[in-house]
Amino acid sequence: MNADQPLFVRVYEYMADHSDELIGLIGDHLAMVFCGLALALVVGIPLGILCLRSEKLAAVILGAANVIQVLPSLALLALLMLALGLGFNTMVVGLFLYSLLPIIRNTYVGLKQLDRNLVEAGRGVGMSPIQLLVKVQLPLALPFIMAGLRVAAVIAIGVATLAPLIGGEGLGRVIYSGLNMRNDVKIYAGAIPAAVLAILADAILGWLQGRFKKGSHAAEA
Amino acid sequence: MIVFTGVKKQYDDGFQAIKNIDLEIKEGEITVLIGPSGCGKTTTMKLINRLIQPTGGSIRIQGRDIASLNPVELRRQIGYVIQNIGLFPHMTIAKNVGVVPRLLKWDKDKVERRVDELLGLVGLDPDTYRNRYPSELSGGQQQRIGVIRALAADPDVILMDEPFSALDPISREQLQDELVRLQQELRKTIVFVTHDMDEALKIADTIVLMKDGEIVQADRPERILRYPANDFVKSFIGKKRLQSAGTELVAPELAPSVDDVMVEQPATAFPSRGLAEAVKLMERRRVDTLLIVDKNRKLQGTVSIYNVLDQYAEENKTVADVMRPVEHTVPSGTSLAIALQLMSAKQLSNLAVVGEDNRFVGLITRGSVVRHMADLYASGSNGGDAYASVIV
Ligand SMILES: Nc1ncnc2c1ncn2[C@@H]1O[C@H](COP(=O)(O)OP(=O)(O)OP(=O)(O)O)[C@@H](O)[C@H]1O
Ligand SMILES: [Mg+2]
Repeated sequence: MNADQPLFVRVYEYMADHSDELIGLIGDHLAMVFCGLALALVVGIPLGILCLRSEKLAAVILGAANVIQVLPSLALLALLMLALGLGFNTMVVGLFLYSLLPIIRNTYVGLKQLDRNLVEAGRGVGMSPIQLLVKVQLPLALPFIMAGLRVAAVIAIGVATLAPLIGGEGLGRVIYSGLNMRNDVKIYAGAIPAAVLAILADAILGWLQGRFKKGSHAAEA
Repeated sequence: MIVFTGVKKQYDDGFQAIKNIDLEIKEGEITVLIGPSGCGKTTTMKLINRLIQPTGGSIRIQGRDIASLNPVELRRQIGYVIQNIGLFPHMTIAKNVGVVPRLLKWDKDKVERRVDELLGLVGLDPDTYRNRYPSELSGGQQQRIGVIRALAADPDVILMDEPFSALDPISREQLQDELVRLQQELRKTIVFVTHDMDEALKIADTIVLMKDGEIVQADRPERILRYPANDFVKSFIGKKRLQSAGTELVAPELAPSVDDVMVEQPATAFPSRGLAEAVKLMERRRVDTLLIVDKNRKLQGTVSIYNVLDQYAEENKTVADVMRPVEHTVPSGTSLAIALQLMSAKQLSNLAVVGEDNRFVGLITRGSVVRHMADLYASGSNGGDAYASVIV
């Protein structure tokens, strides 16, 4: 590697030379994010539905999720490490907690904004509460839930770069080793793919969200 | 048969929306609930499929107290056309129409056949519309879908809450006709909410007139027209219909007056208008006579197209120079019978109605008389006789 070459050339060369390692790290990174988001969906959507039951419950659930959200990520991860030890799982739990608020809130808002007429129509034709939820409410709230997922995904990809601090893998590893060695090239080689991942996730989920919107309101042109 | 006994509904906020209703809804009939906005029509209807629980009294369908039935099961047996159509926007037309049969676990083929049959019933080609989404249909088509969705599982009872309210008058009449035609075959027990008396008279076997959560009168349309229970019913039915029903109960002040019949905005011109302008105005309004009024709308005279054309060459003349005095007028409030006698005796093609100070308020023309009569005949019932005798 030639130190006289412009920075971007050196970053490019580094990335080319270490492509296998980087691809592996991207895989680790995405694995953590996927697991965290999946957990958040599994837990967050029911909580969002629960919020609909009563205003009080909504205040409690959203309040709690909000507290988690405002904790500085480093602090949250440190606390989790004390409780759960080092490793992949701890990081997944951290990402899960971070993704909860956008998903709960958007599920709740998506269900709440539904046309009351449609809910009434569903009840009127004889749907049970569960059927109403599955056949009418959730499909129509889907664009909102997708928007929540999109926000959560972008946050999670960012927070996941902290993984090495609590013994996880991912692109953060390159960034931290760059920081330790005062090696700009390494820092870029970790930061750029992380940024690209976030942008891609945002774009892809945004596209999906648009598709769902179309589906749920069927070509409302 | 659906029987309400002492039914009350007080909402959580303390509002008494339904005050002690007793009502029998007959089997195989269209019963129309009608009344001003907020009188409790929708509430009454939703009590029947238990979307709303009564706070007093009981409702029986075929002798069974609905409070003892499972509400979800009950609703699957009652068709429901919701006030604002309420089609599911994320489902295709076929899915929407088939929703109750699918909830009832009919098998797929049967649901599909039923959907196609129903689409055909309201004149929508199944191949074209089956896979469309509600937003891809016109308002009238959507309301048709709303109606056939309620018919899908062949329920005996169908509730329809202002199903045609969002429509233009033409599609509305078309759907009313369709409903009456369908009903002749189907003989369902239909509870239909509207606040349009014309609609009620057109489709109802029984009309239930409501006000402030109470039933004011429930009877056959014919009897409601002939024997309105009180002033509220009279005013709700409207003057014209009462007359056309030839009821003995019409108060003398309800006899038609010239004000009911006159054209309120006939073609008028100021005296200072030129002759060419007058011709233009007649052309535009398609009339052969103009009434000349001053700025205070005092009647000055009348000008016919012949007067104008006679002197058309003289560019400086105004309508004031060619107009004739108006020989016959009637004061506002005169009975139509007197006005018509005058027109007939004097061979008048029209007759001006004036207020105080000779102020012009309207014009009786042959056309306006014919239109008035047409209204009476068109609004159904045995109208007209009373009128014919007046006119002859
Ligand atoms: N959930 C509710 N809580 C309190 N009051 C209600 C509720 N629903 C309806 N009301 C009131 O009950 C009365 C009757 O309502 P309803 O919907 O039955 O009227 P409606 O006759 O169908 O009127 P419209 O012709 O406008 O549809 C109204 O004054 C309304 O404000
Ligand atoms: Mg209503």
